Amino acid sequence: MLCVAGTIPEDNFPLVEGTVEIRGNELQIGSSTIDIHRGTAALLAAAVMAAAALKQAAPFACLVGDTGTGKGSIRLYRHMIDALPHASFQTITLHYLQPIIRWQKSLQAVMGNLKPRPCLIADAGFMYAAKMSGEACLYDLFTPDVGELAFLADEEAPHPFYTRGFILHEENRVPDLIARAYKHGNAARHLIVKGAKDYLADENGILETVDQPVVEALEAIGGTGDTLTGLVSVLIDAGMNLREAAVAAIRINRLTGRIAQPTPATQIDEIIKCIPQAIRALREAPSADTGRMATG
Amino acid sequence: MAFFGFLKRNKTPDTLPDQNGRVERGILVFENTSEVIQAENLLKQNGWDIRVMGPPPEIRQGCDLVIEFPLIEELEILRILTTADLPPLKTVPVSSPLLQPVDIFQIKDYGRYLMVRAANMKLTVDKETNVIVNVSGGGCPDVPFLAASMVGQILADAPSPREIGHTLCGYALQLAYEEVRRRCSA
Repeated sequence: MLCVAGTIPEDNFPLVEGTVEIRGNELQIGSSTIDIHRGTAALLAAAVMAAAALKQAAPFACLVGDTGTGKGSIRLYRHMIDALPHASFQTITLHYLQPIIRWQKSLQAVMGNLKPRPCLIADAGFMYAAKMSGEACLYDLFTPDVGELAFLADEEAPHPFYTRGFILHEENRVPDLIARAYKHGNAARHLIVKGAKDYLADENGILETVDQPVVEALEAIGGTGDTLTGLVSVLIDAGMNLREAAVAAIRINRLTGRIAQPTPATQIDEIIKCIPQAIRALREAPSADTGRMATG
Repeated sequence: MAFFGFLKRNKTPDTLPDQNGRVERGILVFENTSEVIQAENLLKQNGWDIRVMGPPPEIRQGCDLVIEFPLIEELEILRILTTADLPPLKTVPVSSPLLQPVDIFQIKDYGRYLMVRAANMKLTVDKETNVIVNVSGGGCPDVPFLAASMVGQILADAPSPREIGHTLCGYALQLAYEEVRRRCSA
């Protein structure tokens, strides 16, 4: 089963856990409802949609309210540290949490001892925390955008806010940034780099590139990276190997974007609704040209 | 003074010991980024020559900012902060260069829409209406909160990330917000 840990942007949202459903235009977990906006809610909505389309179990989530003070995040770190040794998840995805080095290290120490070892995916604040802590290599997958890749590549930056200018991104330098991130031990075993072209890479370099369809407006829309992380989490948890899951998730995400025909003003919930249609289209025509290029 | 005015000033190379080996600058360390932002506003309003910077590795906890200040003014600055109920956790002399916040913007013009990226944060505005239409990027928990608070608002009326944000992602979004406002008012 897939477990997603993250935050909801409300100070009064309680710490909750359970399987997640979509009811109407909201997520439902226990007795709590959540609007589908960018962030962990978008990740979960995409994951619920994909799991349903693929006839997989709905994702499990551990959520707490946090508007940036970190108080909710610390509660969730504590909860995960206590609860994970008694749970059994095949895949754990860690998302919008306040990046705090000591709490990441404590949680990683617990996750590293789980047997069997789950696939560990980190995005957003938790990815920052893993890199800050020097423990990136203990994760199976990071999902940075190109700007965040520059942060991973900058061995001195503790947060993207401090990425040095000479490293800040130019998309045509992605291979160099990937190499630099691995050279300094600041990348997970695999990276999905989200951008105009999406890449899957490991320590040997770029394994796959997907550059079609092109939907330029997606870069401006908050949550399109969250949906990709949700999709790849479901596909890995469904048993696909990481490379195939990554490519499939990238293709679904890009095709979903095209189906939605967004403008830069489109909101993520409008795009997420198109995920089932994209999955159906790719299942019916799996060889459809989405610009995939395997290089590794 | 603008919140990010420090980015536009000449960087003073005074974070290291002077030629006589004296340390001239110190840093104020706070409980969280929100307190740093409040202290920065207060000290700048009082005319102090301070800068918001990244902390040195030995005191780094995660999503951190510190305030660099003239060490010789420590007592007066501490008095102001304490009076405002914003006492720092500690003050530390600066003995090595501090990290500089990012100061590069990337601009994408979609025609009707304009997107500005600062560090890992992107803000997109409808140029015809000046309405903020999207916030993307970032990873700290205040980003979805900031997006929910700002999207759909007219630029001039929207809450600024400085006022309601708490993290470095919020700080980066403030940079993008200031740049969008500058470009849309030009």
